[in-house]
Amino acid sequence: MNTTKTNQQPEVLEAVVIRFVGDSGDGMQLTGTQFSDTSAMFGNDIATFPNYPSEIRAPQGSLYGVSGFQVHIGSVAISTPGDNLDLLVAMNPAGLKTNLHALKPGHTVIVDTDSFSKKNLEKAQYESNPLEDGSLDNYRVIEVAMTSLTKEALKEVEGLDNKSITRSKNMFALGMVYWMYDRSTDYTIDFFNKKFKSKPQIIKANTKVLNAGFYFAETLELIPNSYTISPAKMEKGTYRIIMGNTATAWGLLAAAEKSGLELFLGSYPITPATDILHELVKHKHFGVKAFQAEDEIAGITSAIGASFAGDLAITTTSGPGLALKGEALGLAMMIELPLVVINVQRGGPSTGLPTKTEQSDLLQAMYGRNGESPVIVLAASTPADCFNYAYEAAKLALEHMTPVVLLTDGYIANGSAPWKIQSVNNMPEIKNNIIKEASENWHPYDRNEDTLARNWAIPGTEGLEHRVGGLEKDRVTGNVSYVPDNHEHMTHIRAEKVKRVQNYIPEIKPEFAEEGDLLVVGWGGTYGSLHSAVKQLNDEGFKNIGFTHFHHINPLPKNTEDLFKKFKKIIVCELNSGQFVQILRNHFNGFDFKQFNKVQGLPFGNNDLIQEFKQLVK
Amino acid sequence: METAVKKYTFKDFTSDQEVRWCPGCDDYVILRSMQKALPEMGVKKEDVVFISGIGCSSRFPYYMNTYGMHSIHGRAPGIASGVKLANPDLSVWIITGDGDSMAIGGNHFIHLLRRNIDLNLIMFNNEIYGLTKGQFSPTSLVGQKTKSSPYGNTQPPFSPGELALGAQARFFARIGGNTPKEMTHLFVEAEKFKGTSLIEVLQNCVIFNDGCFTQYTDKAVRADKQIFLEHGKPMIFGKESNKGLVLNGLKLEVVTIGENGVTQEDLLVHNAKEQDPTLHQMLVRLDYPIATGIIRSFDDVTLEEREDALTKQVKANSKFKKTDDLFFAGETYEVK
Repeated sequence: MNTTKTNQQPEVLEAVVIRFVGDSGDGMQLTGTQFSDTSAMFGNDIATFPNYPSEIRAPQGSLYGVSGFQVHIGSVAISTPGDNLDLLVAMNPAGLKTNLHALKPGHTVIVDTDSFSKKNLEKAQYESNPLEDGSLDNYRVIEVAMTSLTKEALKEVEGLDNKSITRSKNMFALGMVYWMYDRSTDYTIDFFNKKFKSKPQIIKANTKVLNAGFYFAETLELIPNSYTISPAKMEKGTYRIIMGNTATAWGLLAAAEKSGLELFLGSYPITPATDILHELVKHKHFGVKAFQAEDEIAGITSAIGASFAGDLAITTTSGPGLALKGEALGLAMMIELPLVVINVQRGGPSTGLPTKTEQSDLLQAMYGRNGESPVIVLAASTPADCFNYAYEAAKLALEHMTPVVLLTDGYIANGSAPWKIQSVNNMPEIKNNIIKEASENWHPYDRNEDTLARNWAIPGTEGLEHRVGGLEKDRVTGNVSYVPDNHEHMTHIRAEKVKRVQNYIPEIKPEFAEEGDLLVVGWGGTYGSLHSAVKQLNDEGFKNIGFTHFHHINPLPKNTEDLFKKFKKIIVCELNSGQFVQILRNHFNGFDFKQFNKVQGLPFGNNDLIQEFKQLVK
Repeated sequence: METAVKKYTFKDFTSDQEVRWCPGCDDYVILRSMQKALPEMGVKKEDVVFISGIGCSSRFPYYMNTYGMHSIHGRAPGIASGVKLANPDLSVWIITGDGDSMAIGGNHFIHLLRRNIDLNLIMFNNEIYGLTKGQFSPTSLVGQKTKSSPYGNTQPPFSPGELALGAQARFFARIGGNTPKEMTHLFVEAEKFKGTSLIEVLQNCVIFNDGCFTQYTDKAVRADKQIFLEHGKPMIFGKESNKGLVLNGLKLEVVTIGENGVTQEDLLVHNAKEQDPTLHQMLVRLDYPIATGIIRSFDDVTLEEREDALTKQVKANSKFKKTDDLFFAGETYEVK
């Protein structure tokens, strides 16, 4: 144990990565969220990533029951939750065992010694106690009897059972970390006051334990160092911390308000997409109609019905759910109705890794339907920009009369980050193709000349009664047609309609270098990892490496090929075995697309990326 | 302000598409009955929406000059639910068959009935797959020889009525495919009923299952083999209107008025509006006589009424009028 201290000024750091780990019932998500929110209020940039088991309450002390929450805070722009840890807080042996590998050598681990019982060590499959056997010699270990200290702090608070007392030890840990990083406890105490309004003794207990942890760290000379992280330089404005799934839901709310349409959600619970449903059901005050259906198929079909009847219609799901929705998505494409399908990707195939992240549904989104059935495919890249891409998905669906699949993933959906709040007043206009009156010779498949969007005649409108359906339609009248030429014509029109969306989306831009030796290409939720790796290389002097990140997958931005031509080598990085690269190879000849892939249910590691990119420019 | 509904005739509801069912199919009777029923309902043509799945029956929307969608197999209930929840002012009709609703769409069918959205469902039951040319369906009888059961069907059938009542159906009616007048009447009643109305039509398939209901629906035997139920009226049937139903223990029993001292006063009086479905279930199961007409019509709160009440309540108590109110509320902070 290191007992040298420390009356010196806090050390100033640019950024730190902290991970809180414990049993899935230990309140690690709450602890992590409190720490990240407090840091954001302080003005740091942050990124967070929760990591929890799919069991709601896995057996106590087990290795697979470990729940974690990682937060990356900085005075500089933060784009990922970080790789290697500066501080690990382990509430039990299992948490220590499963997370120690991520802690940087020489850095700090705080452990609750009370939890290192023989039984818990066995459950964590330790043959000897790591606190005693020297296996932690490479780290600064802070041993704290947190459970006993928590009990001690609460001994005079009446009306608490033993379980509630033990459960508040996470606040002791949080109090210690607040002191270490020079954070005030005010925000969290405010939080207790609001959250437990009707339970004054719970407020009292939590506040007491939080302060006890804080003072413990301050007064006892057990803490090797105290750090401070100054506020980050961020664009001026009003911010809040937002989770990707919430941002997605809010983008849809904004689109509904801007377009003047009512929002309809048809959905079925599935990890990790369900939080979008949870969020939207709250907003009946905006007239949101959120319908929890009997299955994934009814989720999308109810949305198709609502779209036919004139609502902005959404369905949300994850990989296996998208598979179930495939046929209905084909129908929406065939009858050319606006529809937003949100797929929060998780590890696949089949049930796969429901609580882990992956980018392996790209080809499913592109092609996972019978016949030739193109749809617009977009991908959000950070928790905050889920807002923008949900909004854009709705806008494109309404303006082009087509389904749009928006891909996010478990990593950005559950991660949170500061979001500069967007007022709907400043969002781009959303047009629609609704018609109110029939012109002479009106037909339901009459199209806008520029976009090829068909007009949207909504039930209840006199004189526009018409029938649509999954059978092929005559190009003029919209009646059922088996005429061979007509089928080919309609197949081309449907493809061309999606292709023309190119005229309405922004061109792609490179970062760090306009031209050079290597272009790093990514899409979707890997923006943060790729950006920080290329930035680090740029800071190290590799000015010949550019980076570009795709949000528009189908269609691709118009200038894609021109950009590719400006680099000698291109590497496409994805959390799958190479799906986007297949699409690029289909579109663009004459490029040697290299690949960097990872299929472990985890984000890219910074070091792996750096090593790979350096290799390519050597 | 409500604008007056035009006076329509069946022609207003007839589309310009050529009807392509087999000659002699009961589907023609259903189509014409609907086209005649709609002018009696007092709904505007532009407010009527037909949603179908896949199968012979599901061509129906193309022949109606209203809004319509011929969707995908089994999924009409989901689509129709979305239409109605998006715009509760519409008159929404699901057109489906025995396979479409109870095989591939079985899950949607039961949940639709459970929720009680105010829409109507007409099930064309012909105990066979017609469009795919003659395989057994979930209502085909055990032993029935079809293209996919050449030695006889081994899968016991659903009774649509029993399934529906088990799934909390509030309105269930049954009608023979060759009785247009009664059918028209039932369509009008279904539209009037607030909640999900299910009408099972015993529809003869002339090609693949000809005569499947003849023993009940043939003109010559109809009066003796069917009891047409009317709410508040005694359960009487027969050519001479001298037969009726009484309860004997836990079973319905056929009696003859004038025999063994039975008078009309002894007969059961049909109460379609009763919440307890026990007697309705017995009527649904009866095979001599088979029950037609409105078997159950229990008034209950609809899903959209519940949703509407909740929405009004939340709106009245919420401080959020615009999304900006939400976005800027709570834990925000300034970067200067």
